[in-house]
Amino acid sequence: MLSEEAVRKVARLSRLAIDESQIPRYADQLSSILQHIERIQELDVEGVEPMAHPLPLNNRLDDDVPNEGMPIEDLLKNAPSVRDDYISVPKVLGEGSS
Amino acid sequence: MTNAPRHTCTEIANAVRGGERTAVEVIEETLAAIDASNESINAFREVFHEEAMETARLIDAKVARGEDPGRLAGVPVGIKDNIATTEGTTTCGSRILEGYRSPFDATVVERLRSEGAIPIGRTNCDEFAMGSSTENCAFGTVRNPWDTSRVPGGSSGGSAAAVGSGMVPAAIGSDTGGSIRQPASFCGCVGLKPTYGRVSRYGLVAFGSSLDQIGPFTRTVEDATLLLEVMGGRDRRDSTSADQPIKDVVPESNVDLAGMRIGVPRQYVQSGANDPDVQACVDDVVARIESLGGQIVEIDLPLTETGISTYYVIAPAEASSNLARFDGIRYGYRATDDGSGLEQLYARTRAEGFGPEVQRRVMLGTYVLSSGYYDAYYKRALQVRRLIKDEFDRAFKSCDILLGPTSPFTAFELGGKPDPMSMYLCDVYTVNANIAGICGVSIPAGMDQADADGRRRPIGIHLQAQAFEESKLLGVTAALEKVLAFDDTLPG
Repeated sequence: MLSEEAVRKVARLSRLAIDESQIPRYADQLSSILQHIERIQELDVEGVEPMAHPLPLNNRLDDDVPNEGMPIEDLLKNAPSVRDDYISVPKVLGEGSS
Repeated sequence: MTNAPRHTCTEIANAVRGGERTAVEVIEETLAAIDASNESINAFREVFHEEAMETARLIDAKVARGEDPGRLAGVPVGIKDNIATTEGTTTCGSRILEGYRSPFDATVVERLRSEGAIPIGRTNCDEFAMGSSTENCAFGTVRNPWDTSRVPGGSSGGSAAAVGSGMVPAAIGSDTGGSIRQPASFCGCVGLKPTYGRVSRYGLVAFGSSLDQIGPFTRTVEDATLLLEVMGGRDRRDSTSADQPIKDVVPESNVDLAGMRIGVPRQYVQSGANDPDVQACVDDVVARIESLGGQIVEIDLPLTETGISTYYVIAPAEASSNLARFDGIRYGYRATDDGSGLEQLYARTRAEGFGPEVQRRVMLGTYVLSSGYYDAYYKRALQVRRLIKDEFDRAFKSCDILLGPTSPFTAFELGGKPDPMSMYLCDVYTVNANIAGICGVSIPAGMDQADADGRRRPIGIHLQAQAFEESKLLGVTAALEKVLAFDDTLPG
């Protein structure tokens, strides 16, 4: 049901560099899951309001009082690459970027 | 495996508050039990030897000064690896978070500490709580303490095995589709999934944000109630935590089963639905309830099986969005920079850091949310979600509690569910509680038949109640617990 081409596309949308050798297996497995999911197509849902959440949610405003944030050094401890007080990443802009 | 005398949270806290035992003694005993059993069970990924002893000394000092150390004084609690603690590393069973040190405690951890509980270690789980056997864990498979050739269930398998094996009197897990209740049933302990919104999710690494709830694993219903009281209630850091006052949770004490209307959905007990041992156990429980004057009501929940299909649209959709944050930039694993650019760095980090089940669900979720499929899958699943909730609302008009098996079978062999779909079907009786946001609990009710090696495994009974009716749910469950008198002594 899900072609190998479709798996490649969804892998790219998911930002997953799936190895080409794994594509057929994922296509099989995802197809089998989607086939099971198909049973939701059999139900009559005409006019049924979609339910995104179990609770009736309203915007909830916090008191307008400043709270302490977390120390920058604690947060930076977990970053894979740091320079000074900044997280370092590969070059984002420049030649060849779109 | 040790078979040292096991205590409940209530017994430990009372003894410590009353000065009959010190918290240091309790923690030393607990650490010894973990040291003796964890190698064969692998329930704990990390154990906080020093931090726990330090906290125990502080609690003992409080007692010595005549201060109240809290309702959980000296109680060691295992913490599932997807709930943040400042001790150790919070990894969600994933390589992508290996070494991650949380700069904060989850609200539940903070609240447990404030009542004197002591986080004792981090328990293994399926990666990002995706699984029903704890085999999808980057840090090794957890084993069932009753039969180490079998799985503990999942995804909170480490927490269930830690309590089921007697290493700790309590542990915390999360339940998105059954991840507390199913492993509790496999490991012979009590596992409670509170109503959506009852317990703050702040500090729980998000999987399916409209489905996730944190809850306790304990030996008794009384302890589960106590932990829920301590952990639950409004938290300004989780805007989905409900305003309902938590004191209402205190169970209607001494609930009499007489007069209670216990609904048994025919879909939970129809011919061939369950393994014969499980079915016999449910029949036995139903007969006992009737003999105590409980009224058994037949209920029709035709969407029971549709729940799995609905869940495997909604949960992966939410997961694909929640897990987008794991990109190798701010924290966690980052693939080697090969100069191919930022997008390739994200994609390689995620392919190398996530295990196969997580990748499968992220792709499934991305697919059902993608242009052209959104209406057919995601929107439709949300419509079916409302139909499932309506079905429960109708059922709870004619009964107080719904009852059935927690799982159609007892703990299966390691590697026994090799394809994803067969694993997903484990949760057929539990997912709908998450979809509708109601509360549910599993309690041990019996054992299956001995296999060729003479080993037997626990059977769990699942009770569900309407949203925010934990009081009734836990009251009825406590009454049933007395009658069932499950013996949690492990075979020698």
